[in-house]
Amino acid sequence: MKLHVSSRLAIFALLELAARPEQQLSVAEIGEKYGVSSHHLAKVMHVLGRAGLVRSARGAGGGYQFSGNARRMTLLDVILLFETLESQNHDPAVGELSEEGHALREVMSEIDDIIRATLGSITIATLHKLVRRQRERRPRRTAAAS
Amino acid sequence: MRKRRHSPPPDSPPEAALQGDSWQVVRIRAGDVADVIRLDHRVTGLAKPDYWRDMFERYGRRRLGERMFLVAKTVGPGTLPDVLGFIVGEVRAWEFGSAPCGWVLALSVEPQARLRGIGKALLGALAAEFKKAGVNKMRTMVARDNQLHLLFFRSEEMMAGPYIELEKELD
Repeated sequence: MKLHVSSRLAIFALLELAARPEQQLSVAEIGEKYGVSSHHLAKVMHVLGRAGLVRSARGAGGGYQFSGNARRMTLLDVILLFETLESQNHDPAVGELSEEGHALREVMSEIDDIIRATLGSITIATLHKLVRRQRERRPRRTAAAS
Repeated sequence: MRKRRHSPPPDSPPEAALQGDSWQVVRIRAGDVADVIRLDHRVTGLAKPDYWRDMFERYGRRRLGERMFLVAKTVGPGTLPDVLGFIVGEVRAWEFGSAPCGWVLALSVEPQARLRGIGKALLGALAAEFKKAGVNKMRTMVARDNQLHLLFFRSEEMMAGPYIELEKELD
């Protein structure tokens, strides 16, 4: 499964903002870290704002601030703002109505269910812990490689 | 701070890590089984007294170096039940080719006492017992639609393991 770029940017932005809930970060500051244009990220932030996950402040020191609950907000909640997972796509696929199509659908549903359960069980706070773990492992990996 | 309210059985490892001002994690005793049965009934909606009595015999009394049945118990007076949560675990080896590993077999926390770190403390205490038993990995199985448990174990940084559970309806 490959996430839409908007979903990825939304998750990254929420990670940044949730790490500093008292601070406001500009689109440019977040975009710089991930090497993405402010234009694309601004659209993503607008969607997150409409969903009540971030709030914006105008003016010179303006930016975005986290307004969700990092321990409750799952990756699935965020991703569904930007894309539909395969299991929710009801457009008939080629051969869908045949017995073979039904059998194949059963197998693909298994995968979809696992994807939904996985994304629905990882909160922004949990992903933060995983980021920290990566950070702790990286120096060890770098040291081992040198 | 470690508190000890009773001496563990001679063949038992020391009591688990204890946390919280008003509760502590200890090995189960016979007098706790009725509370475990009631808590499980409240949480699952199913009464399984025979199952839990059998679990106590197997995990609370025998082979205590590799089997753990821990409870979070209220300390002092209060309105909450005596047993606020429990966890059951076992070190198992070589099933499905798996090297020795600690299995979390059951975990439950009193609904009125959630969000106080009791589940985390129970899991932490069990992990400490697993380490004492010589294993460095723990594993559990959660229903895909049990979001409460999935969120909890994920928040404890547990990730998908190398096994896939398969099943089949028997005709």
